[in-house]
Amino acid sequence: MKHALRNTFAVLALATSTAALAQQGPVKIVGLMELSGTGATAGTNFDNGVKLAVKEINASGGILGRKIDYESWDTQTAPQTAKALAQKAVDQGAYVVMGPVFSGSIIVSMAETKRAEIPNFTGGEAANITQQGNAYVFRTSFTQSTAMPKLARYIKDTIKAKSVSMMWVNNDFGKGGRDAMAKALEAQGIKVAADISTDAGQVDFSGPVLKAKQSNADALFVYLNEEESARALRELKKQGYDKPIIGETTLTGQKVIELAGDAANGAIAHVGLTVDAPQPGIKAFDEKFQKEYKYKSDHNGMKGYTGMYVVKAITERNKKFDSKEFAKAMHGATIKVKDTPGVLLDVHFDNNGDLDRESFLTKVENGKQVVTATLPPVNPIQ
Amino acid sequence: MADFLQLIISGTATGAIYALAALGFTLLWQASNTINFAQGEFVMVPAFIMLFFITTTGLPLWLAFLLTCAVAMLLLGYTFKLAIVDPLIRHGVIPLVIATLGLSIGVKQLVKAGVTAQALPFPNPFPDGLLALGDLKVSYADVGTLVVAGAIVIGLQMFLNRTVTGRAMQAVAQNTDAAKVLGINVKRMVLYTFLINAVLAVVAALLVTPTYLAKFDMGESIGLKAFYAAIIGGFNQTRGALLGGVLVGVLENLTGAYISPAYKEGVALLLFLVVIIVRPEGLLGKSEERKV
Repeated sequence: MKHALRNTFAVLALATSTAALAQQGPVKIVGLMELSGTGATAGTNFDNGVKLAVKEINASGGILGRKIDYESWDTQTAPQTAKALAQKAVDQGAYVVMGPVFSGSIIVSMAETKRAEIPNFTGGEAANITQQGNAYVFRTSFTQSTAMPKLARYIKDTIKAKSVSMMWVNNDFGKGGRDAMAKALEAQGIKVAADISTDAGQVDFSGPVLKAKQSNADALFVYLNEEESARALRELKKQGYDKPIIGETTLTGQKVIELAGDAANGAIAHVGLTVDAPQPGIKAFDEKFQKEYKYKSDHNGMKGYTGMYVVKAITERNKKFDSKEFAKAMHGATIKVKDTPGVLLDVHFDNNGDLDRESFLTKVENGKQVVTATLPPVNPIQ
Repeated sequence: MADFLQLIISGTATGAIYALAALGFTLLWQASNTINFAQGEFVMVPAFIMLFFITTTGLPLWLAFLLTCAVAMLLLGYTFKLAIVDPLIRHGVIPLVIATLGLSIGVKQLVKAGVTAQALPFPNPFPDGLLALGDLKVSYADVGTLVVAGAIVIGLQMFLNRTVTGRAMQAVAQNTDAAKVLGINVKRMVLYTFLINAVLAVVAALLVTPTYLAKFDMGESIGLKAFYAAIIGGFNQTRGALLGGVLVGVLENLTGAYISPAYKEGVALLLFLVVIIVRPEGLLGKSEERKV
């Protein structure tokens, strides 16, 4: 009997000390990233942004004294792979999951993190990601239903276009953007002259560009992923398209400029995040990112970086690592740069997991993205 | 009408690039009964080699192109023949088809893991801008592509028809045994075919990569369309590859503009199916009879 009691206590003591050690050890955060396939550009940038933030956070002592153990896995830009990896992240006890970046992947994979009640940050912009009542999904960028009305107003007031052709990629990201933009243009009384669908990974844009030219619209709205945006811009230049080319987020991104070369000059886009923004914190991020990776980050790198700092801010606010409590605290949270410089811009999350913050109108001039205007948040951040 | 003509010209330019890759298919088939399903990757690899020369050694594009031709002849011509085709060809076409399919996957993964999974920009060999002929506006890139691809195809035809080596290569393609009896060095002629195929792939890479961007999977679409083009035109006719390539390019453009860009990618497959059913030997191909 004595032996039995002693053994029980020994086992209990061992279990308690192991649990205590686990609480003190590194906290597991998993990245489900598009490191290959059509989303490689976006995923790699997002992943590098996360890694930079993790490096900084760990160097400054971690979160609540615990280091972050960040591991990124390649979804190959395949929704089913993303879903399987999300399950693996759950099995490995991830505190938070970062990514996927592509809307089509997060829509499929977030069911796993939701079931396990693990907060899941995404770079996806499709409006329907946060319209499904998932309390565990959070954005790192604007939803299309926030961004497109801003852009439609700009097209009406500044470009003064009465008709617009829309060239979009036929995936969840593109369809969501197309629907949101069509609605926003209609609200501004702008006619859609041509509705041109293209494929993800499409390499030849001669047909879509000719269709846009034939429509004779006052402007062209291009809503494609990075590589396709570059190919479209090259083809637009090749065919001598001379009307304003306007996009949202991707079109004037760093990678698109790099790939499209001179063809990117003149392109205009509304962007949620850009390293060319005038804020000092963003300039500092730009320098750090370039020093680390020897290239300039696009908006996806900033999404990953700011997303990880949101994790830090909310966890420290909660004073504990509890995934469920984290998700609760995210709804309605406001994080300010003065408290957490890593978020780069003051940000507010609503009850759906959508975010609001300042945004920028940009134009590509001489191969560089230039910020032409800073737009305020939809609702002032208190 | 100007739009229609513009579509025909840009479609012909795209088709000419398909034709270059398709020519490789037909040449290898005729000379050595080889179907190379890694043909698309044979276009992708030179694109990365050219980029390597340009970015790491700072060479101009034309010199990078010439050096890449040499590397490709060694790697995609001589080594490919020596390491894959020669050991397998005696076992028939199927093992070789499977081997080249495997090679295609292997090369893609190698570039993806060893170089980059992301797309890279590629310099354009032609100047920017448009050539205006009345209402018709054609880009210098399309004109340049047509001129280069056309010159290559015509030059190849002349080489095959008007030189002793070219005729010897044709003799090997038509009847290997008879060619041997006539004293033609069959092995050498077959090697020449592989070397020519490698150079054609480099030219296709030079013309297509500025638009497609250099990426590990850029060869998938080209390889498939070149295969369709070769079948459509006639697998045993070099002229057929040209016709097939141009047909695919032009029809894709017309479908994209007048029906929907969404159907564009299916045109080559549809045409391929129709030809296979109605005229299996291809539009310009000759039916091959075999005695049993």
